[in-house]
Amino acid sequence: MSRLKYRKRTFAREALMLLAAALWWVPFYLVVALSLQDNEAVTERSLALPITHPELENFKEAWSGAGANLGRGLLSSVIITLSSVFVVVVLGSLAAYTIARHASRLNNVLYVTFVLGIVMPYQLGLIPAFIALRELGLVGSYAGMVLLYTGLELPTAIFLYAGFIRAFPREYEEAALVDGAAPFRVYWRIVFPLISPITATVAVVTALFVWNDFFNQLVFLAGTDNQTLPVAIYGFVGEFATQWNYVFAGVVISILPVLVFFIVTQKQLVRGFTGGIKS
Amino acid sequence: MDSAPAGTGGAVQATRRTIPGLRLSRLWALPALIPVFLLRYLAVGVGAYYAFTSWNGVSVQADFVGLANFRRLFSDEVARQAVWNTLLLSSTAVILSNVFGMLLALSLNRLLRTRQLLRSMFFAPFAMTPLAVSYVWAYILDYDGLLNRTLGWVGLSSWRHAWIGDPDTAIWTILVVLVWQLSGLCMIIYLSGLQGVPEEVIEASELDGAGQFATFRHVLLPLLNPAIVVAVALPTIMTLRVFDQVIGLTNGGPAQATETLATQVYRQSFVSGDYGYGAAIALMLTVVIAVVSLAQIFILRRR
Repeated sequence: MSRLKYRKRTFAREALMLLAAALWWVPFYLVVALSLQDNEAVTERSLALPITHPELENFKEAWSGAGANLGRGLLSSVIITLSSVFVVVVLGSLAAYTIARHASRLNNVLYVTFVLGIVMPYQLGLIPAFIALRELGLVGSYAGMVLLYTGLELPTAIFLYAGFIRAFPREYEEAALVDGAAPFRVYWRIVFPLISPITATVAVVTALFVWNDFFNQLVFLAGTDNQTLPVAIYGFVGEFATQWNYVFAGVVISILPVLVFFIVTQKQLVRGFTGGIKS
Repeated sequence: MDSAPAGTGGAVQATRRTIPGLRLSRLWALPALIPVFLLRYLAVGVGAYYAFTSWNGVSVQADFVGLANFRRLFSDEVARQAVWNTLLLSSTAVILSNVFGMLLALSLNRLLRTRQLLRSMFFAPFAMTPLAVSYVWAYILDYDGLLNRTLGWVGLSSWRHAWIGDPDTAIWTILVVLVWQLSGLCMIIYLSGLQGVPEEVIEASELDGAGQFATFRHVLLPLLNPAIVVAVALPTIMTLRVFDQVIGLTNGGPAQATETLATQVYRQSFVSGDYGYGAAIALMLTVVIAVVSLAQIFILRRR
């Protein structure tokens, strides 16, 4: 098979692709470079690389300065993301396990209800959801956001969980049941640890969705004490429109965690977005 | 949950999936069902009703006004522009992302030594907070931005342009970010699809030489059909709802030239407090998504 060999032309292709990838990453270099420049350099766009005078003042100012307070935004983003992931994993795996392991007409109806939920147009439900949460006094609260994200993300989570559990061997559960274990104990001690690969996928996809979301967070949290990172940056741009260096310190605080998260969790992420192809 | 009656012939299908002795309570699905029902069904239904009212979010009663909101929508210059912008952005972004995604998948499928690194680098933008990266792109595409400066340095000063400030080009700056973010997604979907394709077929159409277009078109493409359905459908739904990138780059301007349906839903409902009209635009967006998605599935499945 001569075609399988690494030839000169392949080398040329590799070099070309590396160049393209480097260009693709220009925005990422910019983020880091700009966040470390002083305001003058950023406004002048001198864009000196490599960075000669790292300017960490920007971060301090953006972190806790007047009207900025990205530290608080980061905290809100972390709390809302982790809580949403926790609730989606617990409720989603439990529901999917019941549905996948017990065939009945009711469970078929439940499954279809959950999966159809994926395509239900949530932007149409946003206004009633806002009114309802406002009546309940939950606008601007963490609990309201977690409730919102639970409703939005559970259908996808249950779809991923149910598919995985159905294809999973059941001998372990049968053995435990023979030994007389209660169903919930079987689920919690045996099934849940065994399905951890799909739990990782569900957690990563949910975390990324919640962390990156701006639309819902703008509607429900703008102007409150619990503004998340994107909402805080958005307010920041309006307020400091000319001070791009502060904006970029905020953008860095927002993007760097995702970049690290991405590098660690790529595999689960890919699985979450390509799961539908084989079916 | 009670199991199907044991020993009856009709329970064969049920017992195939049911573990004997595992008595699962149907209550286990209930905690998940409640939030999904409230947000994905009840709220959506109520939202559809609001579209036919003139509710402002404050008055006790929502007055039913029939199709008045939709008549307003079709005579509203900004709303009409928003419909057009949404369709234009979505269709061009889906086509370009799929073309780039397919090229990347075929180039990075095997053979290259750094293919894992390259795949990660192209996929990374998809995972990044859309609002945050849009601000980075705004800095690049600004009149004083990196792009215009680069054009100046290489002696193409006459090509410099107010990309974001000019109503004719502003919309394409949003497209740049969408394609930058979505090409990597299409790439991994196609890479995943290529795993089920025989090695020889891929080799014959790989981009390591010329003249393989016919193989690609007539052999590889039909085999990749399931991946194409996903790689088209997913970005379509994402881009029809485009909001963050618009806010980050143009904020709907200049002079509301780059508003989309999602930004209009936000502005009419939550800035102007015109919930009835906002809901009508949301319903319009829903119909657009449904029609486009169904049409795509119909066309792609038939091939």
